[in-house]
Formats: sequence, C-alpha cells, structure tokens
Amino acid sequence: MNKFSIYQYLFILVILIIGSIYALPNLYPTQPSIQVAYTDSGKSADQSLLNELEVVLTQSQTKYEDIFLRENKIVIKFKDVETQLSSKTLLQNSLLDKVIIALFLEPSTPQWLKDIGANPVKLGLDLSGGVHFLLEVDIDSAQESRLELLLDNYRKSFKEERIKFETSFVENLNLFFEFSDKQSYNRALKKFRDDSPVINGVQYIITEKPSTNSLMLGYSDIALREIRDYAVGQNLITLRNRVNELGVSEPIVQRQGSNRIVVQLPGVQDPTAAKKIIGKTANLEFRMEANSRTSPLRKEEFPFKENEYQTAFLEKAVIVSGDRVTNASTGFDESGFAQVNITLDMEGGRAMQKATSGNIGRKLGVLFVEQKTKSELVSNSFGESIIEQSSYIEKNIISLATVQAVLGTSFRITGVGSPAEASELALLLRAGALAAPMKFVEERTVGPSLGKENVELGLKSIVIGFSLVVLFMILYYRLFGLAANISLMINLVLITGIMSLLGASLTLPGMAGIVLTVGMAVDANVLIFSRIREELNEKEPQTAIKEGFSRAFVTIFDANVTTLITALILYIIGTGPVKGFAITLSIGIVTSMFTAIICTRAMVNIVYGNRNIKELRV
Amino acid sequence: MKISNLKFMKYRRLASAISISIFLISILSLSLRGISLGLDFSGGTLIEVSYSSPVSLESIREDLETNGYLDSQVVNFGTNLDVLIKVADQSGNSSVGEDIFNILSNEGVPINLKRVEFVGPQVGDELRDQGGLGMLIALFMILMYVAFRFQYKFALGAVAALGHDVVIILGIFSIFSWDFDLTVLAALLAVIGYSLNDTIVVSDRIRENFRTERVLDPEDLVDLSLNQILGRTIVTSFTTLLVLFALFIFGGELIRGFSLALILGVIIGTYSSIYVVANMLMSLNLSKEDLAVPEPEGAEFENLP
Repeated sequence: MNKFSIYQYLFILVILIIGSIYALPNLYPTQPSIQVAYTDSGKSADQSLLNELEVVLTQSQTKYEDIFLRENKIVIKFKDVETQLSSKTLLQNSLLDKVIIALFLEPSTPQWLKDIGANPVKLGLDLSGGVHFLLEVDIDSAQESRLELLLDNYRKSFKEERIKFETSFVENLNLFFEFSDKQSYNRALKKFRDDSPVINGVQYIITEKPSTNSLMLGYSDIALREIRDYAVGQNLITLRNRVNELGVSEPIVQRQGSNRIVVQLPGVQDPTAAKKIIGKTANLEFRMEANSRTSPLRKEEFPFKENEYQTAFLEKAVIVSGDRVTNASTGFDESGFAQVNITLDMEGGRAMQKATSGNIGRKLGVLFVEQKTKSELVSNSFGESIIEQSSYIEKNIISLATVQAVLGTSFRITGVGSPAEASELALLLRAGALAAPMKFVEERTVGPSLGKENVELGLKSIVIGFSLVVLFMILYYRLFGLAANISLMINLVLITGIMSLLGASLTLPGMAGIVLTVGMAVDANVLIFSRIREELNEKEPQTAIKEGFSRAFVTIFDANVTTLITALILYIIGTGPVKGFAITLSIGIVTSMFTAIICTRAMVNIVYGNRNIKELRV
Repeated sequence: MKISNLKFMKYRRLASAISISIFLISILSLSLRGISLGLDFSGGTLIEVSYSSPVSLESIREDLETNGYLDSQVVNFGTNLDVLIKVADQSGNSSVGEDIFNILSNEGVPINLKRVEFVGPQVGDELRDQGGLGMLIALFMILMYVAFRFQYKFALGAVAALGHDVVIILGIFSIFSWDFDLTVLAALLAVIGYSLNDTIVVSDRIRENFRTERVLDPEDLVDLSLNQILGRTIVTSFTTLLVLFALFIFGGELIRGFSLALILGVIIGTYSSIYVVANMLMSLNLSKEDLAVPEPEGAEFENLP
C-alpha cells in the first residue's frame, strides 16, 4: 500500500539529476588567470595582440597553461597565483597604457556544463574579498543644471524676439522671469504655453503672477521622475564604463532604490584608487573668453587651477562639454609638457567649428569642472545640531589659449599638469561624464585574507553542525534516521544547484541561512517520525506510516509557508547581507519540503512498501 | 509507545507572571538604556586590521587621538592580533578608513587591512526604518495567514508569542549592551520564522484534539496536545541548537552576534510556543465550539471582533 508509482519515482529521479548537474560545477577548482583587453574600448583584442603577449611571456620564460581569445579579450591561465601576479606586472610594464589587465579566477568548468548554463556559485564580496560602494545621485543638482540650461535658452530667444524682462534666475527648482511690461508678459506667457507642457520631453507647470508681471516655470512630478531616471541611468552607464577602465572582472554596477547605485568590485584591493576613478565627477567645458563687448550678465569669473588668485572672465555660454568627447588620449607637446588629445563627435565638432570660425584671435578657455563635498553643522527642527553634507561644484580654468585656426572634431589641450594628471583626465573624458554629481553613502572593503577566512569558517561550521545532526538522527531514529540523512544531503545538493542556476551570490549570512535550513529540514522529518510512532500505538505499521506522513504534512506545510512569508519579506526590504540570508533561506525551505516529505517517503516506501511488517521500530 | 503526562497548564499563571515580568524588564531596559546600535544602523566607520605580533590597544588609541580621532573605540576582534577600530560618524566623510589605515601603517609595524566599512548617516537611518517596517509587515502577514488557516484566537496567540520573543531578545541585547547590527536583525527575523514553526505545530495539534477527542475540559485537551508533541519539540530544538552552537563556536567573530541571537531565539521560541500560545488560547476561552465544524473558507473572518 505504501508504494509510489513508477512515474513518481521517475519525477524524483529527474529532479535529483537536474539538481546534481547544476551543482556539479562547484566541484571543479578555479584557476588563476588574467584577462587582457585594449584600453581603447573601440578596439577588440585580436590575434596580433595574442602573439605579442605570447612573445613577452616566452621571452621571460613565464610558464602559462593556456592562452586564447574570448569576446574581445585575451585570457591567459596560470598554474599558481604567484605566476599570475608576476605576469600581470610583466605584461603591464611591457605594454603600458595600451592594454587593461585584470586578475580573475577562471572556473575550470567543462564546456558541456557551461553550454547548459551550469556555472559555479558566485561568492559574495564578504567571501571573495573586494570593494563595495553605495553611491547616491544628487538629483537636485541635476534638475538645477537642466533649469540653468533652459534659462539660458529662454534669455536668448526673448532677446531675439524683443520680449523685455527685468530679472531672471533659477531658485528652489523654479525658473523665474519678471517682465518689464504687460505686453512682454503676455507674449512670454504665450510662448511658455506653446512650449509647455512639454519641452524636450519634460513637462513643466506654469505659475502666472500677472500683478507683478512675472512667470514661474517648475517641473511636474512626472518630469521630476523622468529627470531622476535619466540622471541615474546616465550615471549607471558612465560608472560601468569607468569600472571597465579599472579592469575588474565581473564587476556589479546596479541601481538600488530610486537614486542610489551599488558598485561591487570583487578582487580589488585598493579602494582608494577605485574610489578616485569612480567618484570623480570631472568634466570639461569649452567657453570663449569674455571680451569688452560681453554684457556683465553673460560672463562669469573663474580662478585658474594652477593659481587660484589669478582669474579670468569667460562667457556663460558653453560651446561644448565633456559628454561630446568620443576619445581622449595623452601625449606630449613640442616642449615636453603633457597634453590631452581630444576627439569630439560630429555635433560637438560642428559646434566647435561654428564658435571658433568667427573668433580667430580670441581666446578659448577650458574649464575643469569637479564636484566636491563639504559638511557643515546645522540645527534641525528639534534644535539638535546635525551634520549636513552638501555637494558643490568647483570650476577652474586649466587652459586659456588663443584660437589659431578653426577647430573641428579633433584638437588638443595643453596645461593639464603632470603626465599622471593628464592621463587621469583622459580616462575620465573617455569614460564619459556623470549626468549628476554623486556622493559615497556606504563603503565596505573586505581584504582577501578575511574573505578566505570567512569561507573556511563558514564551511567548517556547516560541516560540523551537519555531522552532529546526522549522527543524532541515526542514533535516535535508526533506519528512518538514515533516510532523513540522505534527504538532508540531497537537500544540500539541490540548494547548491538552484543557487548556481539562479546565479545568486553566496554570502556569509547566506551560509548561515543554509545551516538554519539544515536544522529546520530535520524538523519536518522529526514531525513525521514522531507522528508515525504515535500512530503505531493504535494502528498497523503500514497504516501508521501512511497516516504519519499525511497528518504531519499539514503541519509542515503551514509552518513552512509562514517561514517562507518571513523570508520573502526579508528579501524584498533587505539589502546586502540580509538579502543573501533571505535567498538561501527561501531556497532551503522549498527544497527541504521536497526532500523531507517526498524523498524520505520514497526511501521509506522502497524499504517497507512491499512487505508485510509485523513490528516497526522508529 | 508511552506519552508523557505533564500538567503544563497547571503552571500557566506562574508562566504568565514570568513572561510578563521579563517582557516588562525588556521594555524598561529598551526605553531607558536603549540598544547599542551597530555600525549598520548608527553610521560611521569601522576598520579591522591584523598585526603580525600583539600590540597594545592603548598605544593605538593614543596614536589616533594625536591625529584628531578623539572618540574612537579600539578593541581586539577574535584574537589579540586583530584590532577593530570604530569611529563615530565624521561628517559623513567616507575617507576616514583610509586615513586611519595610513596613520597606523606609519607606525612602522607591518599591518594587514582586513576590512573597512563606512556607512553614511542617512543609510543607517533608512536601514533602521526598513528593518522595523519589515518586522511589522511580517507580523501582519502572519497574523492574516494564521487567522485564515486556523482561527483568530490562534492568530492572536501566534502574534503574542512572536512579539514576546522579539521584545525579549531585543531586551537581552539592550541589557548586555551587545551590538545590534544587520546580521542580528536577520537573525531576529529568522527567529520569527522558527518560533512560528513551533507555534504552528502546537496550534495544529490543539486544533486536531479539540475536534476529535472526547475529553471536554480545555485544559486537559491542551495538556494532552503539548504532551503528544513534546518529543518532537525537544528533538527539533536540540538539533537546531546543535547547528547553531556549531555556528557560534566555529563560525568566526563576524556571525557570533547572529548565532547568539538565534540561540536565544530558539530557546525562547520553544518556551513561548508552549506557554504563550497555549496560555493565550486558554485565556481567550478556546472552546470546542470554536473549532467544531470545519467552516467554509473565509468564514473565520466573520468571527473577528
């Protein structure tokens, strides 16, 4: 009577096989490797680069196991970490800036497993070592800079159409215009209405104040969301580019919440260097120097980067900014000073050509725009003093040179400082500008030794806890305990398989989650077995087994569903470590239901199902 | 097989008195002393370094003070070679970690950076709110589920037990000034899961016996149910504790708080499934009529006061 049909056994077998196959890659060791790519992201690695690398390695008699081309990159595998590290230095020294070299561990998973998407479980930063950053995008300043741009456009067109205004400025994320007379006011209002509610895809709200002849233009909620999404999206792209420039393999750059971005760089050991590149909001602005005819309203004074006491007036209108740069590289001018060679895109080139063609002999200024953070003590509404962080933008002139000829898409700028500063500027220009400034709100660095320690400790405690439970179950429940133990092992294999399949990262709290599942999976079997013991008081062994399983099922189901609810809520609201814990706990609950109820039942059925048992010892 | 015959409910008033007083002590400690929030919630910078030979913590403190870090905590972490330094929030400045590492490396003793954590003030606040909110949502969802699957008296019992467990664990963390960080929060949520597991098992058996047994006295019925599942309760708590003690002893310093909270949770959770849930059901006068006929789905909601 306690028999499964052949299909039920087949079903269990299929799940076991699939689970095992996807857990399999974790058994293959990883191999220290390096990855080489061209610095210029437009170029893909090819056979000639491969040959070049081979020559360097052979000449220095460095032993490598394999070298091959894969997706624009060249991968070289080594036997040990020492050779991996020394080869990285060797290759970087001989090829210099031409290539980016990243260290990584290449899994030795066989091809047939990779083909079906079976990969080893990814290790979280706390286990692999590396850097984690959480950056917050400053949305307010993104909105403000958009409004500034709009203000500039309106001033220009009002001037052209002879609409007279007294004052105009941006305040509290509103554009403000006060007009000289009723007629200008009405014409401007009409213009606003014609443009509104959509200007460049952004919706505005017009506030009319006829009594003072003034108009206000503000963002609608939809527009605010769009601006935020645009700024965060743009920053994500830029950050990805920058992270690629750092040459990290398998970095994570993700949006978190409405205005935050998580950056995780496994294996990076120097957070300072990474932070410098990631957090930098450097940009360039090209503007003409103001001359005597420029109105005071349309010029601004900036200090020089070299010497802050020396200043110069530049026009407010920006000809081209850093986001039009398609390529930037470093070089040296005739007198041996560092320079940055810049290539603009077509639109940027046209704007530059238009601006310089009428202005040969005038000076062109290059502004270096940098975002900095300052903190100050302020009192909040409760009268407590709290620290408030604010970001501000610093703009310095790095070069002010006479335009000799009409400029087009490519030109060079000098006066950029030391060769190192020049190459950093080039890198930042290549990677693109950030649409809005950002600041670091969280940072975690885990050294490689700690990561390794965590893996060892985690594995050790899982093995010890697991062995104790297995031993206890055998002693207490004998044959039934053995069935429960086999189910427990299957459970571990399934958890590993599903983690690999989902590509979820394993973290230290995640390991704790697995340990907890082991404890709870046992509970399901304990519930079943003690129920069978009870039923044996009144019923035949076969009936007792059947009743034991079916009566305990209701309890196990309710208990697991409620725990699953908790795990899912943890997953939804949690970040980082809490999420890692929730993932393994949720997977563990589902797999343990399957193994503890179905797999154990199958084993019990195979052993006892076809027999006429007189006495059953549970 | 013989079932034990312990009179659990005979002591229910004593148990209530104990539970209520520990609960009140916890609340008192939480409101007077507060809880020592870990870096995840308080914000600030934490840096862990390892030395090759033991160093005096006092000299590190002095060294930091001369460099302007006046209120830093310097403690050993695990071994006397590992040193953990905590600095309260320095105006949300994210480069404190690097700065301290440089100060310490300039001492001439070779050190190895193990980790640096910086949490900005606003992130800490948000995490705290999220954690509290998560807990409330979890409690509410469970209340609904249990009310739907069982009956509202059981749901009240379950939520009372969970509240009891969470507050007492928080209270213990407050009394001993243990650091409450994200991993402890995760543990607390796991405790909700575990304690609930126990609660459901107890409730399930009580419901079954109220429906099927011929005994009329609710107190006898509850005692019978608790005795029937006593074996299971002991075995499960024991195996879970085995695993948790393995984590606590061998899992390393980083998850010690986590495993400690869970160990407390399993012990308190086991107790509360017996004395809080069953007690609650007795106090609410659970009767055979409450469970007599399996009502159609959703009808339980009509019983809500």
